[in-house]
Amino acid sequence: MNVETLFALCACALVGIGLYGLIVQPHPLRKLVAFNIMGSGVFVLFGALAKRGAAAGMAADPVPQALLITAIVVAFAATAVTVAVLLRLIESTATASLANEPPSGE
Amino acid sequence: MALSTGTHAGALLAAAVLLPFVGMLLGVLLGGRQVQRVALACMPLGLALALGITVAWLREGQTLVYLLGGWAPPLGIALRADGLAVAMLLAVAAVVCGIGMYARADFATPPDVRESRAAFSYWLLLMAVWGALNLVFVSGDLFTLYVALELLTFAGVPLVCLAGSGETLRAALRYMLFALCGSVLYLLGAVLLYGGYGTLDIPLLAGAVQPGAIARTALALMTAGLLAKTALFPLHIWLPPAHGGAPAAASAVLSALVIKGSWFLVLRLWLDVMPGVVTWASAQLLAGLGATAIVVGSVVALRQERLKLLVAYSTVAQIGYLFLMFPLAFDATGNVLVHGAASTGGLLQAVSHATAKAAMFMAAGLVYAALGHDRIADLAGIARALPVTVLAFVLAGIALMGVVPSGAYLAKKLLLDAADGSGQWWWTIVLQGGAAFTAAYVVLVLGSALRRRSAALMQVKRVSRLAEFAALLLAVGSLALALAALGPLPGHLVSNPLAPKELAMTLLVLVGGALLALGLSRAPLLAAPRPAAAAPAGRLRQAALALGIACEQADRLVRRWSFASIGLLTLAALFGALLLVGRAT
Amino acid sequence: MTTLLSLVVALLLLWLALWTVVARDAFVAVAGFVVYGLLLSLVWVRLAGIDVALTEAAIGGGLTGALLLGAVGRLRGTEAAAAAERSGAGTRAFAALLSLGVTMVLALCVLALPEPAPTLAPQAADNLPATGVGNPITGVLLAFRALDTLLEAIVLVIALLAVWSLAPDRFWGGRPGPRYAADPDGVLSYLARVLPPIGIVVGLYLFWAGADHPGGKFQSATILAAMWLLVQMAGLGDAPRIDGRWLRTGIVVGPLAFVAVGLLGAWQAGAFLGFADGWAKPMIVVIELALLPTLVLVLALLLNGAPARNSGKMPAGDGGR
Repeated sequence: MNVETLFALCACALVGIGLYGLIVQPHPLRKLVAFNIMGSGVFVLFGALAKRGAAAGMAADPVPQALLITAIVVAFAATAVTVAVLLRLIESTATASLANEPPSGE
Repeated sequence: MALSTGTHAGALLAAAVLLPFVGMLLGVLLGGRQVQRVALACMPLGLALALGITVAWLREGQTLVYLLGGWAPPLGIALRADGLAVAMLLAVAAVVCGIGMYARADFATPPDVRESRAAFSYWLLLMAVWGALNLVFVSGDLFTLYVALELLTFAGVPLVCLAGSGETLRAALRYMLFALCGSVLYLLGAVLLYGGYGTLDIPLLAGAVQPGAIARTALALMTAGLLAKTALFPLHIWLPPAHGGAPAAASAVLSALVIKGSWFLVLRLWLDVMPGVVTWASAQLLAGLGATAIVVGSVVALRQERLKLLVAYSTVAQIGYLFLMFPLAFDATGNVLVHGAASTGGLLQAVSHATAKAAMFMAAGLVYAALGHDRIADLAGIARALPVTVLAFVLAGIALMGVVPSGAYLAKKLLLDAADGSGQWWWTIVLQGGAAFTAAYVVLVLGSALRRRSAALMQVKRVSRLAEFAALLLAVGSLALALAALGPLPGHLVSNPLAPKELAMTLLVLVGGALLALGLSRAPLLAAPRPAAAAPAGRLRQAALALGIACEQADRLVRRWSFASIGLLTLAALFGALLLVGRAT
Repeated sequence: MTTLLSLVVALLLLWLALWTVVARDAFVAVAGFVVYGLLLSLVWVRLAGIDVALTEAAIGGGLTGALLLGAVGRLRGTEAAAAAERSGAGTRAFAALLSLGVTMVLALCVLALPEPAPTLAPQAADNLPATGVGNPITGVLLAFRALDTLLEAIVLVIALLAVWSLAPDRFWGGRPGPRYAADPDGVLSYLARVLPPIGIVVGLYLFWAGADHPGGKFQSATILAAMWLLVQMAGLGDAPRIDGRWLRTGIVVGPLAFVAVGLLGAWQAGAFLGFADGWAKPMIVVIELALLPTLVLVLALLLNGAPARNSGKMPAGDGGR
């Protein structure tokens, strides 16, 4: 098996692991970590596809690689916004629970 | 380098995307009071651009195209505007202008400070939402669309918690995390498509995509991800608290505009990128979710005690309505989705909803501002105190119901016609039933607002006339949409909207709505139920109450994180399976 | 041999990911994620993506890791409450099943990918000379798909606005984060005096090299931002007031200059974000130069967080850690 297929398959597993964490970990910060793992799985998959597209004297297809740089930055921005909301939530309510709001008027 | 940059007026598309973003950047630079001025200055400009694009599109009679930097896809990125995009650009520009008028009162910088957090953030984020939406409408590249979706989320989330209370922060965090799940799934699908076909350009992909493992998986993942961002039932985990808790001017943005971005992308994917991959069964599932959303969303809306939450839950129902068009948009063979009467109907529905829902949230916000609360049971006398606001609410409700001459009326006609034509009678029932539900909560609110008040109404604040006028303007706009849309539509649909049959249908919807409101509202709607109300009626009310409670519990269950996230994956799996096996004969 | 090494890296990556996801303690999970980020850079090297590797190490691993580590220290016992909300065994099993299903379907797709792989590399190679840059990724980012890069800068600005909007009203216009006390003899203080000059040189080198070799504005900006944060944390400097005129100017100069260059292209070359013959290279340099301060400021400010105090003093009740 060549490197790109190996890492592409590895990426599929990373996506699954991230999804699992997103579903079962109750704490928002843990969900955020899981989101980052899932995201990195998608990125590695894209990177493996780029490697598959090596041609014309280039070691990899530069278009997906450039898109990846954008995607990594966007994921960082997402993480920063989420962390900020989470910390503000903790600051103002001393909890980080995502549970439903208490039913009103009952 | 060969510089053929597409059609003549294509540059307008780039301008429409850039204008709000440049406005936002200038706002950051100038700061203070200038932020609001820059934003308000951008609004007429943006509206003029959208009008210019519409005129150019009508004149050229074809999709407008602009190649950025002169680089043609697949290497470069093209902006494109077809009829769908043009209509949405125009509608969003109009709604943003209306919201801008409304928000001047709520988000003015106080006189004693140089710069206030709420005003600074609100106006800049409004610009960001606008730019991101314009990009969603005109971008022809799946990756650029991903960035646009993220822009929309990053701008939408802080709007939810602009008031800064704990509950809104929690809603914002749920929204953010769930939306992130959705966007990763979308990106994953886009990556698979690149791996399979070596391009992310929509027309190029449309020409290359074959119904195979890659296309089906990509479509299933992307659809599920986008539904999470659109908050289609049962993925509406974040919507009610977010839209119900945000300041009204922000709720209007979130409810009328932000969710339309991801909805529009589903439309693009199904109709333009992979119309041949979509199957009859998968479209039935999508619309089935919509139908469930209508029932559950409406019933729960009727059981709310607060006006803003009622409007938020009605959004859950209206989102469902937006997805009814998909099974009706197949061509005669039943294998390929095509642009036609059904997609036009869906588009009209979206535009009507954008205008009317913005107006509704504004009206609800004005009621809240005037009374200091928005308890539906305590609205007596408000119609006398704020006649314009209540009128705006009712007109918006009528527009959403699909009563002549609203845009939603035409939309419903188009969809009913498509349902008849393709023999899918069950969607006829859903379409008419949905209208009755909408009628129900308008009747409910109106019933309370029109009641006479024994004591004088306590107003805590005088509301801005301009804001009331803005809400009314949008509601009237939504009502008058049909007139604007009449031109390009086939004449037989709307031969005589005042024919006895049409009027009878309208009446039926209204009566049905009134009955639903009577049965499902939490507090008895008629102040003193006559003792003569015999046992059968009492039993009906009991059954309706049981249904209401069941819907509420279902809603609470599916809005738990674990349920919603598992639901997201299950939906992706279901879509995948139906895309694989669901081809109609 | 190289395949074996890749296999080891892949297995290690999976193990770390799994460990990070299931770990009981949030701090352990975040620490695991930082190591995971470093390992990921290795994967990028193996996938012939040096530029991506640098970005991943700098932003995906470094900045994201720092952000998460900063957050984990401020959870204040919310973890215990969250643990009580842990989903039941049935839910977990079902979630595992679904996640496994997604992985399997994705793997099937990977195995079904067409041969030879579709690629835009030849097209990029053909058109690269017109851009005057030697690094094809820079060519894609700043010529062929310049819109994406412009949007990315706008994304960062919007994310910053989002973070700022979370500030309590009374701190609006103030400074983010705690004021770190200076300890002139501390290790941090020593590092903060020694590292920045080196970091600035390395950062500027990466910036300069980006046009023709791996490297570029993001990697460079990350290093410069890290140096600035280090100076703040050592107490040698303070986070800026968010309403400073120069700060605001720095934040928007990149995207605004980008738009201006794009409009110049519309005038000269007839297409927004286009370059007239011979103008591509200088214009790309202008864009990168203008984006650099924006990126440094925004990346650092995103780590700083929302404004949390008015003056140079610490907010009451929130001591610098």
